[in-house]
Amino acid sequence: MTTLSREETDALIAEVLEVYPEKAKKDRAKHLAANDVTVEQSKKCITSNRKSLPGVMTIRGCAYAGSKGVVWGPIKDMIHISHGPVGCGQYSRAGRRNYYVGTTGIDSFGTMNFTSDFQEKDIVFGGDKKLAKLIEEVEQLFPLHKGISVQSECPIGLIGDDIESVSKKGAAAIGKPIVPVRCEGFRGVSQSLGHHIANDAIRDWVLDKRDGQPCESTPYDVAIIGDYNIGGDAWATRILLEEMGLRVTAQWSGDGTIAEMMNTPKVKLNLLHCYRSMNYISRHMEEKYGIPYMEYNFFGPTKIVESCRRIAAFFDDSIKEKTEAMIARYQVMMDAIIAKYKPRLQGKKVMLYVGGLRPRHVIGAYEDLGMEVIGTGYEFAHNDDYDRTIKEMGDATLLYDDVTGFELEEFVKRLKPDMVGSGIKEKYIFQKMGIPLRQMHSWDYSGPYHGYDGFAIFARDMDIALSNPTFKNLTPPWKQVAAEEVKKAA
Amino acid sequence: MANIMIQHGPSGGLVFYLPKRDLEASIESIEFDTPEKWGGELKLDNGGTYYIDPIAKPPRLPISLRAKRLGAAED
Repeated sequence: MTTLSREETDALIAEVLEVYPEKAKKDRAKHLAANDVTVEQSKKCITSNRKSLPGVMTIRGCAYAGSKGVVWGPIKDMIHISHGPVGCGQYSRAGRRNYYVGTTGIDSFGTMNFTSDFQEKDIVFGGDKKLAKLIEEVEQLFPLHKGISVQSECPIGLIGDDIESVSKKGAAAIGKPIVPVRCEGFRGVSQSLGHHIANDAIRDWVLDKRDGQPCESTPYDVAIIGDYNIGGDAWATRILLEEMGLRVTAQWSGDGTIAEMMNTPKVKLNLLHCYRSMNYISRHMEEKYGIPYMEYNFFGPTKIVESCRRIAAFFDDSIKEKTEAMIARYQVMMDAIIAKYKPRLQGKKVMLYVGGLRPRHVIGAYEDLGMEVIGTGYEFAHNDDYDRTIKEMGDATLLYDDVTGFELEEFVKRLKPDMVGSGIKEKYIFQKMGIPLRQMHSWDYSGPYHGYDGFAIFARDMDIALSNPTFKNLTPPWKQVAAEEVKKAA
Repeated sequence: MANIMIQHGPSGGLVFYLPKRDLEASIESIEFDTPEKWGGELKLDNGGTYYIDPIAKPPRLPISLRAKRLGAAED
């Protein structure tokens, strides 16, 4: 399939929207667009961060998912209580593969699920007593935890429990921070508000708790913000930053600890990877502590080199020298990888539909392999994300915001990409349609994909998916014979 | 009234940020821009206008302020 022109892309969108009733069509049309690289402001061509309408299939999450699952969950030495019924915590438990070092159940709690398991009587009479008891039990059973966060599920907001007062009393009793987070699932239109609420909770309850306390620091201290260590991503990032001569003192929040977070106001530069989920706290630190933040991209050698140089520009010449030396050292390895995989992957087309930062960040990595991204979209982005995406994507490529199940399927059927990058909910639909899919949320149980080491794995994984012989055998043998006969007759 | 943040843009100029709506826009013009008096009416590149009470020019940006919306951005 060749690249579409603008008219063809617009026609495709119109055709796909044809099945909707008039009102739904009007609404959905705002969320689909052909990319126009000349547009400076995305809201001129695409609408985002709006409520999904009932009746269409959306894959968005809730505020609780954004707070507990994304921002708070990976902080390994805290216990995150899913306050409310048991399901929210249990069905999302350990699903995001945020790796960490530590002994689970002793000093780290990342893959464990703590819940207050609400029953009917807790809804009727309130769950505050239960929460107080839970805090007591947690302290008794897991004395090495460094703090607790109370992640509210929907009923907490509905019945009006006062988790703040319970948390304050509990914190005084056990002498450790307890953070109430008002991330009830019904808030907002997607998990995006959960990120915001979680950031605000960190700002109000964690960030300033060690202000004024002495802390050993160097002029090269940086914090990695918005890297959740999926499959070890933050570690791959950390290696590069340390080779550049920087000292990474905090990881937010993959493999992170609460002590690191409290000490973050002492760093010299915040490195922001996932802009969507952690820009709030970065902005706050810039205002309150005067720490600049910088968005960077560690997917694929081109973007890594670009980002490393921009990071080095914040520091003195010794860092710049080390950065150049590091880039030169890895360039050999990168050239070998590209020489190996580019001939196999050249010209292949990819469609992406993920959340957070990946719909725009991984484009560079695909381009390094000679592949082309022909469509991209976010689950829960805001206008500022699309502002940044428009510049990364080719002209007249397809953009889709909060795409519905039907639309994505139709787009894939028409555009016939060689590969789709999305999540588990899309995986088997597209694989049954005969199109390889890599999960770009969890790196399909592989990873890391960040950094130079990550790119090697990324290239291999893309090759594995695209060269999988299964996809040549989708037509059963008896139908193959018939197809050949038809061909002969014709 | 809304809480807003004003910061330096990557390519010079000022950027307006409204956290509640995650609205980021560059400021096209600011009514008063002297060391003693800074603020007043802000014109944004998305068509919106906001008003902040004039203050002495802040020594450091970003800064969080309360702003009044005069004209909404076209949506």
